Parts: sequence; C-alpha cells; structure tokens
Amino acid sequence: MAIVVKRPKLKWWEQLYLPAIFKGLGITLRHFFRTLSGEGKVTMQYPEEKWNDQLPEYYRGAPALVTDEQDRERCVACQLCEFICPPRAITIHPEEIPGDDKWAKVEKRPKTFEIDMIRCIYCGLCEEVCPEQAIFLRKDYAITGTSRAEMVHDKNRLYEIGGKRVGLVNKWNELK
Amino acid sequence: MDWAFLAISTVKIIGLVFLTILPMVAYSVWAERRVSAAIQDRVGPNRVGWAGLLQPMADGLKFILKEDLTPGHVRKTYYWMAPALTMIPSLLTCAVLPFGSRLFGEKMVIADLDVGPLFVFAIASLSVYGIVLAGWASNSKYPFLGGVRSTSQMISYEISLGLSIVPLLMIFGTLNLGEIVQYQAQNGWTLLPLWGEGLSLKGMLLAIPMFISFVIFTTSIFAETNRLPFDLPECETELVAGYHTEYSSMKFALFFLGEYAAMIIGSGLAVTLFLGGWSLPFGWLAPESTTAEVPFWHGLVHIGVFFAKVIAFILFFIWIRWSLPRFRYDQLMRLGWVFFFEIAVINVLLTAGIMMLPLGK
Amino acid sequence: MTFLFYIFAALAIVGGIGVVLNRNPVSSAFAMIVSFLGLAALYIQLDAYLVGTLQILVYAGAIMVLFLFIIMLLDIKSEEGRQFGVFSTAGAVVVAGGMLLIVAKVLKNFEAGEKALTPLKGAAAETTDVSAIGELLFTTYWFPVQVIGMLLLVATVGVVVLSKRELR
Repeated sequence: MAIVVKRPKLKWWEQLYLPAIFKGLGITLRHFFRTLSGEGKVTMQYPEEKWNDQLPEYYRGAPALVTDEQDRERCVACQLCEFICPPRAITIHPEEIPGDDKWAKVEKRPKTFEIDMIRCIYCGLCEEVCPEQAIFLRKDYAITGTSRAEMVHDKNRLYEIGGKRVGLVNKWNELK
Repeated sequence: MDWAFLAISTVKIIGLVFLTILPMVAYSVWAERRVSAAIQDRVGPNRVGWAGLLQPMADGLKFILKEDLTPGHVRKTYYWMAPALTMIPSLLTCAVLPFGSRLFGEKMVIADLDVGPLFVFAIASLSVYGIVLAGWASNSKYPFLGGVRSTSQMISYEISLGLSIVPLLMIFGTLNLGEIVQYQAQNGWTLLPLWGEGLSLKGMLLAIPMFISFVIFTTSIFAETNRLPFDLPECETELVAGYHTEYSSMKFALFFLGEYAAMIIGSGLAVTLFLGGWSLPFGWLAPESTTAEVPFWHGLVHIGVFFAKVIAFILFFIWIRWSLPRFRYDQLMRLGWVFFFEIAVINVLLTAGIMMLPLGK
Repeated sequence: MTFLFYIFAALAIVGGIGVVLNRNPVSSAFAMIVSFLGLAALYIQLDAYLVGTLQILVYAGAIMVLFLFIIMLLDIKSEEGRQFGVFSTAGAVVVAGGMLLIVAKVLKNFEAGEKALTPLKGAAAETTDVSAIGELLFTTYWFPVQVIGMLLLVATVGVVVLSKRELR
C-alpha cells in the first residue's frame, strides 16, 4: 500500500525560503569561523604530524620477521604463511641448516623470504597462521618506494623492521 | 590619432585586466578552496607557499603541462573557439567598471561610456555562446544538455537582471557608471542611504525597492555566472561536468577561469550599482563632482575601497555556493519567470510611485 | 579611424555571407552573430552607443540565443545534405539579383553619402544619446511605441492561448 507522506504546510514566510536560506548561511558561517579559530579542525597535517602515537593497539601495519633473544631467526620456513597469503605476496625459498651450525637441530630456515608490499593487503593471516611466532604485523604504515623492486621486502629488510622479540611470545599476550 | 589617449588606455587595460583582474581570478580560486574547506571543517590547500598562496601558480603550471587532448568526434574549429569565447566577454565587461575616482587627473575607468550597465549586460550576454558552442561542438550528450540548459537559463535571467536595475537608473537618471558612483558617494549608497540626500523620508522609502532590486540582481548574477545554486549547465551530479566534459588541459582551465572572471565582474557591477562603488561611507573623501580634482592619496584609497568591496562580494559568492543546494531545473525556471520577472516589474512601478510622492525634494 | 570601419564592415559582410553559405544551421547562426557584432561596432563608430549596445544585447545576446536554442533542440540534420533544384536556384538568383539592383539604385541616389553629417555627439553635446532616444520615443514616436507595445501584448497573449490550448 502506498504511503502518503504528509508534507508540512508552509507558512507564507516559510514559502519565501529566505529565512531558511539565512539560517543555512548562519550555520556555514559558524563552521567557517570555528575552523578559522582552529577549534573545529580535525585534519592531520600528515608529513609533519605522524600517526605513530595515535595508532590503536590492534593496528596492522607492515608484516616483518623477528629473531629471538639468542638472535636465532624464528622462521623455520614451513611456508604456511606463503600458502595462506590471500594475495600471494610472500615468496619463501627454504634451505637446510648445515650440520655444523649452532642451530642444526632446527633443520630448516628460509634462504630467501620476500614480501611484495605492493601485493600485501595487511590482512594479518600470516601472523595468525605462523606456528613459530616468527612473523608479525608491525605498526609501520608508510611503505614507499620508487620502483617495484624497491617495494619487495627481502629477508634483511624484514628483520630490520621486525627486530628482536624477547621472551616467550604468545600470539595473544601483551608481549606481542 | 590621439597617441596620449591610446597610451593611457593601454596602461589602464594592462593595469586593471592583466595585473589585477587575472591575478584576482587565480586567487579567487584559491579563496574558494580555502573558504569552502573552512566551511566544511577542512584545511584546504595549504602546502604550496605560505598558507597555500602559491597554489594558483602550481595549478596553472599543471594545466599548461597537461596533455591537450582533442577528442576525435568534436567539431574542431568551434571546439577550439569555445574556451576563448567564455573568457573574453568576462574580461571585456570590466572596461566600463569605474574602479577608482581619479589618479594623476585620469578617470579610473577604461571606457567612460554613457551606457555602462547596458554595455555590461550586452557583453555578458555574449558569454553564453562560449558555453553553447562548447556543448554543441563537443558532439556528445552531456555537454550538449549543458549547453541547452545554459541558453534557456541565460535568457530567463537576463530579463530579470535588466529589469532589476531599472529602478536604480530611474533614481540616478544616468547610465554612466562613473556618475552613478559619484551620486552614491554624495547621497548615500543605494542600500545604505544614511547621508546627503538619501537621509530623508523619501530616501528611506526608496531603500525598500532598492533592496528588492538588490536581491533580484544578485540572484540573477548568480544565474548568469553559472554559480551554484544555479550551476545547472555543469551540474556534476547529472551531467558529469556539463559543457566542459570533453575539455582538458588549458582549454578546461579557460572555462574554469572564465567562470571566476565573470564572478569578479558581476561582483564589481553589484558593488558599483548597489554598494557605492569606490566611495567610502558617509561621504568621507568624496570628490565634489566627476570632474573635480582628487588628491593623489584619495585616489589610491578609492581604488583600495573598490577592490576591498569586490573581494568581500566574492567571498559572499563563495559563502552562498557552499551553503545552498542546487536548484532543480523547473524550480529555476519558475523562480526566473514567475517570481523575479513579475517582482521586478512591480518594483519599477513601486519606485516610480515613491519618487512621485510629494515628500519635499 | 577609417581602418576600423573597414575591419568591422568586412566582419559584418563576411558574417552575412557565412549565414548563406554554411550548410550547418548552427554555423549559420554563429555567422549571423558575427555579422551582428560587426554591425554593432559600426553603430558605435557613429557615436550611437545605445543603438550599438542594444544591437548586441537584443539581437546577438538574446534573439540569437533563442535561435540557437531552437536549432539545437530540433537538431536539424536534413538541411545539411539538401540539394536545390534548377528552378529554385534560378528563382533565388532572380530575387537576390533584383534586391541587389534595388540597393545599388538607392545607394546611387543616396545623398547622405556626399554631404558631411554633423556627428551625433556634437549635435547634442549636453545630453547623452540615451536620453535623446528616450525623449524621442516618449514624445514624437509615442503613438507608434504604444501600437508596437499593444502588438507585442497581443502576440504574447496569443502564444499563451495557443500553447495552453488542450488538443482535442
């Protein structure tokens, strides 16, 4: 059934529309002066002001690899992250750890570990799936480069962003 | 041939059009962006130069460097003519605007015509051709619709525009803009008759039809310059970009700047007719007559006052644009033909009636 | 300033020729505007500022806009490809030639071309041409003005009646 919308009957001065126009002009003028006085300003002056101290706890930035307190790379090259990555941004070439190495019992480590940051969608699934807690999404958000090659983060760069993680890092505790 | 006259005119033209109006056009774009940003609680362009003051230069450079694309389906000659035809009439009209009293004994107006407002209307009415031509030459539907809209809009509002100033001309008794300003300097601005002859019962009564005239005139100027709330020829929500959809690079920039130039000239005309032109309120520093000598610094003050008023009016234009929604097309036509036309005619009669009242002088 | 006269006269004539020669109605309309502008400039050269300005305001600025509006709305395309028959061409040539003859004859006997006319500005230096024309319209030619006004009113009413009439 059609609903008949009752339109309000306008008084004669309302039909002139002038009062409404002046009211609207008043509102915009108020906003104008509020912004001029710096009160209503919400825009961040980006390159000068950074997001860093305003990022929420759960912010997902650039994914990165971490080492443990003994400087061992946590990644064991299981390639789970490579498989789960929805945009297939991660490429891992595993290698065997030679027998004379200190960490020979770990058996496997990534020879190369590359994340294509043009592809990465910051979904956090790699972090979610990692059984070794080796890959984390950090709070870096300004990932830039002047070429495609520059936008591919290799192992060194990933460790540089990730840094060292000390202690037992569980995914859900505050040490993350 | 009068070489002195030619030289002085050239200096005036270069000084007013190229050194004043064109920079004002560029900076009114900047002002538009900054003011609209402030109205919408944003910041606006503030990167290039201090507070973004060099933004117009950057924009201009960008427009020049962009690829000048001429689509294959357009009518080339007309397509190339159209942007020039929007810009030129807007700049031509400033020839009759008195932008100051006198400086070095020279009248501060490029052409002291006896048909000032008519000349402005005549040349301004030609500016529609740029838009129509752009719409037609682009040979595609959205520009075409924009062109058709602009023709009908122009015709509708030119009538109320012309009729709205008839009461003024009845009071001033002249079509010379310089004399009109002189009259206002001595006898009170049209909208503020608080000194001279204006300060009488009759002057006060006459302010009523003058205010009505002002409302009609200002609204019609908005329609003539295709500014929101009357920007139906370009109307982004319906027509992509209206008549300049197919234009790019500097040709688009000319349309864009033409709109602002028209806005400045419209403001100048409104200021001249209704707000006393270059004169200060209460007859301060007002010269005796149009032929009287004016001290040098008075002349400078008058020029400053004129441009201050014009800038204030431009800000008003911008303020309106960012406050009111766009009209629907039938509302626009209704407003023009059913209300403004009739009100303007009645206003003429009202003014004549007040002028005939036996209230002293 | 004679060379200005030749420039604007040429503009008016070229515009006029363009109206006839252009196949496209919109181009013709624009040629007509050019012609009007040249004519207006000629008026202004004769110190008739008001007439010149009105020429631009009314003809170039309003009437031609309406023309264009209608041409564009109707979107006349058939005119572009139309060929004229022998008879219509011959008829057109005869009519145009006759007109040319008449104009030539009138111009030959036109006396104003030989005597020097007093400039309009000089003749009425104390009044402007606006007030001069206004005074003439409201005194000498008052009756014709009223008649024309009446005629326009009748035409307007007629248009309203015709366009509002319900089709049976």
